[in-house]
Amino acid sequence: MQMSIETKAQVASAVDTAPVLTLDGITKTFPGVKALDGVSLDLYPGQVTALVGENGAGKSTIVKTLTGIYQPDAGTIRVAGEEMHFATAQDASAAGITAIHQETVLFDELTVAENIFIGHAPRGRFGLIDWPTMRAKSREILDRIDADLDPDMPLRDLGIASKHLVAIARALSVDARVVIMDEPTAALSHKEIEELYELVERLKSEGRAILFISHKFDEIFRIADRFTVFRDGQHVGEGLISEIAEADLVRLMVGRDVDQIFPQRDHAPSEAVLQVVGYSHPTEFDNIAFTLRKGEILGFYGLVGAGRSEVMQSLFGITKPSKGVVKIDGDIKVIRSPADAVGNGIVYVPEDRGKQGAVIGLPIFQNITLPSLSQTSRAGFLRLSEEFAMAREYTERLDLRAAALDQDVGNLSGGNQQKVVIAKWLATKPKVIILDEPTKGIDIGSKAAVHAFMAELAAQGLAVIMVSSEIPEVMGMSDRVIVMREGLIAAELEGDDLTPETLVRHAAGIGEEDQ
Amino acid sequence: MSDATSPRHIPDRLQSNAARLLKSWEVLLLGVAILIFIANSFASPYFLNAWNLSDATFNFTEKAMIAFAMALLIISGEIDLSVASIIALASTAMGAAAQVGAGTTELVLIGLVVGLAAGAFNGVLVTVMGLPSIVVTIGTMSLFRGISYIILGDGAYRGYPSDFAFFGQGYVWWVFSFEFLLFAVLAVIYYVVLHRTNFGRTIYTIGNNATAASFSGIRVARVKFILFLLTGLMAGVAAICLTSRLGSTRPSIGFGWELEVVTMVVLGGVSILGGSGTIPGVVIAAFVMGLVTFGLGLLNVPGIVMSIFIGAMLIGVIALPRLWDMWRRS
Repeated sequence: MQMSIETKAQVASAVDTAPVLTLDGITKTFPGVKALDGVSLDLYPGQVTALVGENGAGKSTIVKTLTGIYQPDAGTIRVAGEEMHFATAQDASAAGITAIHQETVLFDELTVAENIFIGHAPRGRFGLIDWPTMRAKSREILDRIDADLDPDMPLRDLGIASKHLVAIARALSVDARVVIMDEPTAALSHKEIEELYELVERLKSEGRAILFISHKFDEIFRIADRFTVFRDGQHVGEGLISEIAEADLVRLMVGRDVDQIFPQRDHAPSEAVLQVVGYSHPTEFDNIAFTLRKGEILGFYGLVGAGRSEVMQSLFGITKPSKGVVKIDGDIKVIRSPADAVGNGIVYVPEDRGKQGAVIGLPIFQNITLPSLSQTSRAGFLRLSEEFAMAREYTERLDLRAAALDQDVGNLSGGNQQKVVIAKWLATKPKVIILDEPTKGIDIGSKAAVHAFMAELAAQGLAVIMVSSEIPEVMGMSDRVIVMREGLIAAELEGDDLTPETLVRHAAGIGEEDQ
Repeated sequence: MSDATSPRHIPDRLQSNAARLLKSWEVLLLGVAILIFIANSFASPYFLNAWNLSDATFNFTEKAMIAFAMALLIISGEIDLSVASIIALASTAMGAAAQVGAGTTELVLIGLVVGLAAGAFNGVLVTVMGLPSIVVTIGTMSLFRGISYIILGDGAYRGYPSDFAFFGQGYVWWVFSFEFLLFAVLAVIYYVVLHRTNFGRTIYTIGNNATAASFSGIRVARVKFILFLLTGLMAGVAAICLTSRLGSTRPSIGFGWELEVVTMVVLGGVSILGGSGTIPGVVIAAFVMGLVTFGLGLLNVPGIVMSIFIGAMLIGVIALPRLWDMWRRS
């Protein structure tokens, strides 16, 4: 975590330089959500600015605004002092802004050179692609970043790290002034990360401005010169990395007034409903063990990719665990399919509502009765009046806003779709309900309704697991929190140990000595 | 949006069933059928004759039997292009059995079992191996008919027992043939299965979103396998009727029917992408196709022109609502 002397010197000298890119007062509103609220951001040539914030803070929205995918509702973008409007991704690219994403957006069936120059290949006579020039230029760029890759190699033969190099070469091929790196190390090994750091240093020395988005504090402190913190779509702080302590940065990132009101709950510990022991998967998670009690809300916190959803989907019978035992009410159960899980009283509200949760195209009432058809039907024949009655009961309990019960669920807002998915599972009278990011991307009003309803369910004796990446939600709703990191349980927090700082520390793997 | 404290009442339906019916594809298609019927009766003096109309039903009854099962399969998001080849395979098996003296009961059983087996073969490849059904059934389309060609070559099987002829040539009452009544009974059965049972509901669910269906505890692979079995079985039934009607089996029997069956299903308003469509729609589409081919036949229009007409009609009927939509929006 030590910065070299000359880097610090560079920072000191660079303080006076003018930013190459300036965002001011950028606002972007989606239906029901203000994703960005008047944020500003400055990027300086030859410097790395780390953008720090929780999930939902607006980091990806700003990246999409910068790369011309979203158009802001208000605010200005200036490149080298000149005001710009990016109507398309090409506009942003022409202005010298390029992004390297967590999952690289490249073409597996094309060669390295084609990937580097796609969209702006050098042209020869008759507008045909000038292959020799393209190969030579690719070779030159690859050499510049010390990438030992053949320009004629098809991309599909490369590993993930080499693909990143191609993405970086692509960024350099347009002579980018601003390079955005969105969690570039998420999929890389330790050695590959080191190589990436070297590359970042080289980009800096070439005078490019770098926006570096990461959840990992060690790498932020290692390679960034500056930081900017977003919280809930607002700019809450910026400065030089050399002038801030890790703990202060964490506080800036999560420390907010609890602006959401969470329902008051009295939770009396009672008997265990679900016991999981030694639960493992070949690649996604290992040795997961926990106990869930009646009337309890158990939070699962962690960074994206920590394996939380994978554990839950395995408990729900979607993926097969390699070993481990699941006990329900003390009896060992083998769950091979979602149908088995539902039969054993475990239900799962997935994060990907549109794909896995709601059946878009079917009416609301049919979505709700889907797993309960055996109750509403007689001898396999549908009874619509029973279905409407069941749908009515649960949609009213959840305060659904809809025009009619035979309306396509696809016409509802995200929050109301979520209510339909929850109603669907409540109608099966489950023992355990697993909610995966239950309020992600839904409006404040529906959020409160979902929270209130979760509290009510727990009070009625249902055992609730809530996977959430939102710290206020985890803090406000959970009786106990399990923090996962890289497929393992990193900590189990409860009572006074449960603070925003401890959550972030365990999730990001920050050493205890920094406390 | 005024009262936030007590749960609001949500009505069951926005519009009545009758209002919804009036705007449906099926009603539009019924209008087309009536128009064709009227046009035919003006175009040819021979059209409005009970026996002629009865003959006309043979143009679609066998294909429609398959189309019912195919509709369910397409609504679930899969397809079976091997149905016509299953007819050839089943018919060849029946013909071979007839040569060694099998009776009518045995022949019927053989037809049904071969159909089921072929459907099961498709179903295993799609649901167990996870292969795309369009590729699998293009493959088995060649495979099944190829077996018939190997067995029969240029030859043909004849010599079916005389009472076997009833299925394709017999009349139950007045002008109503056995085939037509079977078609009517199957239409009712498929209507009930698709629109009135839990099984039918799961078919729609899978077709709209197979992932969410499986996340809701539906055994998607099992349902799809049953639908492939059912489609194979219906191809077997059609093979019995067609073989009985023709009285002989050549390897080219029912050649090209798979496309006519799919045309019937799509014309009936079933989305080729899955998730929507009705049995009444398919029934009306069967009549439309039967009436058009019969009407053109009475006018001595050659078969090639007839298929051009059917193709144009399919594209026209499918494209019109879309054009109407585009025109309204612009």
